[in-house]
Amino acid sequence: MDFAAELLISVFLVISGIFGFVGSYGLVKLKNTLQRLHAPTKATTLGVGGVLLASIIFFYVDTGHVSVHELLISLFLFLTAPITANFIAKAYLARNTRQDELPPSDRDFGWSIYDDPPDGEADR
Amino acid sequence: MLTRLVPHPLLSLTLVLVWLGLVNTFTLGNLILGTLFGLIIPMVTAAYWPNRPKLARPFKIIEYVLVVLWDIIVANVQVAMIILFRREPDIRSHWIPIPLDLKSAEAITVLAGTITMTPGTVSAMLAADGGAILVHCLHTDDPDSVRDEIKSRYERRLKEIFP
Repeated sequence: MDFAAELLISVFLVISGIFGFVGSYGLVKLKNTLQRLHAPTKATTLGVGGVLLASIIFFYVDTGHVSVHELLISLFLFLTAPITANFIAKAYLARNTRQDELPPSDRDFGWSIYDDPPDGEADR
Repeated sequence: MLTRLVPHPLLSLTLVLVWLGLVNTFTLGNLILGTLFGLIIPMVTAAYWPNRPKLARPFKIIEYVLVVLWDIIVANVQVAMIILFRREPDIRSHWIPIPLDLKSAEAITVLAGTITMTPGTVSAMLAADGGAILVHCLHTDDPDSVRDEIKSRYERRLKEIFP
């Protein structure tokens, strides 16, 4: 493997390591559950993304084939990570936050964990 | 007849591509097997897909993905700076309600996912009628500019993709 490829792979690995570390450090440093929720989004985007890019380059240089497994991993992450974060945020709000602590929705209907949807909306 | 055979063409295409990606080698046999999956799975699950999202300008998706990827990189660095160098009491988090012009459930889902995947903002909740989204922002001095940026960068493009 030539030097340029090794350098590129190392750079991506170091970048992902840094962002993985900062994400974990954020979990420790931030005091509030909703603030902590922001830390893992970094680990799942640039943290994992760097490793996946390094992996694509490594297997391309090593075997000569482009591997698409890494793209699928990022696809599945982008599908699942927001749902997890949304569930955590909603569960936290339902347990710890009163409606008057949140800004109003400026609509006829309030936020969905406090207000019922309009009639027939659930059937659509 | 064609809609009976392929009730959900986008889902079929996605299934074929994901299957080829999973086996990681492109051969005729895998293409046929993937096409079979792409035909059978949408037919069996057609009852669960009552509304098919219509894409007005599919090629705008590429532009949207590139914009989001770039924003993810920029926002990653910004949030890393906040976490590393800002003292904990100085981090001012805000709840930002964003009124939505998007109507279709698919478009709102994509927008909510985008907001969550760009570091610094997490989408928490929709209004009960789906007309506004509540976003938690890790640190900002100007909540209005965050709202305007999300509306102009993401929602405007999504409106072109999902009519």
